[in-house]
Amino acid sequence: MLAFVLRRLLGAIPLVLGILTLIFLLIHLAPGDPTARFFNPNIPPEVIEQMRRNLGLDQPLHVQYLRWLASFLTGNFGYSFGQLRPIAEILPATVGNTLQLTLVSLVLIFALGIALGVLQAVRQYSWLDNVLTFVALFFYSMPGFWLALMLILIFSLKASQWGWPVVFPASQMVSVGYETMSLGEKIADRLLHLALPATALGIGAAAGVARYMRGAMLEVIRQDYIRTARAKGLPERTVIWKHAFRNALLPIVTLLGLYLPFLLAGAVLVETIFAWPGMGRLLVDAIFQRDYPLVMAASFVISVMVVLGNLLSDVLYAIVDPRIRTE
Amino acid sequence: MASVPPELVERAPSVLEAAPERGASRPRVPTRPAQRWAGALLPGAGQLLRREWGRGLALLCSWLGLLAVPVARGERMLAVLRASRPSVDELVAVVAWVAMAVAVWALAWADLRRAGRAVAPRGESQWSIALRQFRRNRMAIAGLAFLLVVGALALLAPLVAPYDPAAQGDIVVSRYLPPSAAHWMGTDKFGRDILSRVLYGARISLSIGFLAVTIGVALGAVVGAVAGYFRGWVDGVLMRFTDLMLAIPRLVLLIVVIALFEPSLSLVVLVLGLTGWMPIARIVRAEILSLREREFIQAARALGMSDGRIIARHLLPNTLAPIIVYATLGIGNTILTEAALSFLGLGVQPPTPSWGNMISDGRDALLTGWWIATFPGLAIVFTTIAFNLVGDGLRDALDPRLGT
Repeated sequence: MLAFVLRRLLGAIPLVLGILTLIFLLIHLAPGDPTARFFNPNIPPEVIEQMRRNLGLDQPLHVQYLRWLASFLTGNFGYSFGQLRPIAEILPATVGNTLQLTLVSLVLIFALGIALGVLQAVRQYSWLDNVLTFVALFFYSMPGFWLALMLILIFSLKASQWGWPVVFPASQMVSVGYETMSLGEKIADRLLHLALPATALGIGAAAGVARYMRGAMLEVIRQDYIRTARAKGLPERTVIWKHAFRNALLPIVTLLGLYLPFLLAGAVLVETIFAWPGMGRLLVDAIFQRDYPLVMAASFVISVMVVLGNLLSDVLYAIVDPRIRTE
Repeated sequence: MASVPPELVERAPSVLEAAPERGASRPRVPTRPAQRWAGALLPGAGQLLRREWGRGLALLCSWLGLLAVPVARGERMLAVLRASRPSVDELVAVVAWVAMAVAVWALAWADLRRAGRAVAPRGESQWSIALRQFRRNRMAIAGLAFLLVVGALALLAPLVAPYDPAAQGDIVVSRYLPPSAAHWMGTDKFGRDILSRVLYGARISLSIGFLAVTIGVALGAVVGAVAGYFRGWVDGVLMRFTDLMLAIPRLVLLIVVIALFEPSLSLVVLVLGLTGWMPIARIVRAEILSLREREFIQAARALGMSDGRIIARHLLPNTLAPIIVYATLGIGNTILTEAALSFLGLGVQPPTPSWGNMISDGRDALLTGWWIATFPGLAIVFTTIAFNLVGDGLRDALDPRLGT
């Protein structure tokens, strides 16, 4: 098992290097350079020239590339022009916020998706199954950012207009006065703020999981050992949950790796809409501020999170299915 | 079940023929002259007289729908024809209207003529079997019908749209009007009619979807075919590059690239195409790895054909089924991605309406005008559902192995 994990980790290294190279090339293909934002008739050209020299932009491309690679790999992401502080200072908190959102969303996706999928499979071709299939298709085909707006409209804006008992906050991570709350209140407040973004982010993927789960469950239910279990008189509940469900869960594990990139990409929009201070919003803000070092760092970190997510799902799959390890 | 088993049905099915029962098509009675004349006067009527309800109603509805355009907007069509220098958009719409009317009429006529005519017996191809499978899938047919209607509306937008999508009118009176008889979907903060903008937005969103997927499919097919055919280091390099492109979330890559250059329509199409080829490349490669070992490829090699010819003429046509399925599902996906980009302000630039930037407009006025963001969003949802239904239907029909 350890050898398998190590092998996979080694395999991820060229991938990370490739991502770095791609980002580097993209930024250098683009017209203009980072000093362009400082162009100003009041600044003499010598100063700009000095600035280029300080940033290493006068070096040949391959030297710049190697230097940049070395600094990125040692965790030195450079300096953000937009926020005027080192990027390494900005990243930890934002990565944490994004992970919080995506993990809650992931739990939601799998809990909801698996429950619905099993329900549909057990009642195959019933009206419930058909309705759920269509509802799932509806959510699956929905742009997450539009759903986010609709959720805000109904559960936040209209809810306060209509005087609903629970009004979900439409932006930020915490309420005013978060600092003075007790621990229980803090958790409740955070969950209240997480509810809408996590739903907007996850519901489409949950529909996808439900679809896979239904298929996997139906596949398993058709097998001989299920018939045996029923034939020996086990109650249906035991057959479904103890015999069928556990085996149907196997292929679902691989979906984890599939949905992580999906969630991180979705987070770009959802975080922007809900003003959630995570990686996605950081990236979008950096883009609009033309803050290239931050753009490079943010897209790199998001990509590395995807690579790690894929790695995690590989390992999980190897844990649940030992045949994979000896490929 | 009918008496004729499917493998004995030896007639080439027509596009509009509906198999009345599972697994068999009913032999069709020859058309009587009265039915034919009815069909010539009113497309669909001939089929209805023959009690072929499904295709009859479909033809009749499309014909009446098309006729409604000159009835309601005749003066606009005439104005286009009379104008000394008509705008390209409007001219295209009029030409498209004529083409559609001729097509519906000809389809109805040809279908009546074909009925009862003896067809030379021949075997069934993969495509005719798939067509029959597909026609039996009601959801897929509904999706296809919806897409045809949306496509027609998009083409005819300059004729059909009640207002000019950019006309602002008297802003003080006409802005933030809720949906009403005059403005079915309300107006936005500049007093522009949402329905007209949704119709014009369909042109943009659908064409971006088609063009980007075409680029992606072409690129993916070439990469996949070359990797699968030559194997070795070529395969290694190309597939590692594919993995690399897949590791960066598509939206992130798109945002970075578009932000570095100036956002424009052609850049959006190009970049969407360049970031959408990876799944196709993987599918095609897998297919070609197994196809290339088959005898007919050995025969082609023995005949001394060049690699290019073998790939283009013998291998790629055999991978068409999964490509078509993926491309259909991919268009829906691309429309969603384009909407996301436009929403962020990196896609289609205002004032050109696209469904994504219309939602972005509505975001600022959610409470004062819920209709501004809601209707373009619904347009996206239903179009994507339709593409997914058609894609799923095609997958079930073309490739049973791919089904879940």
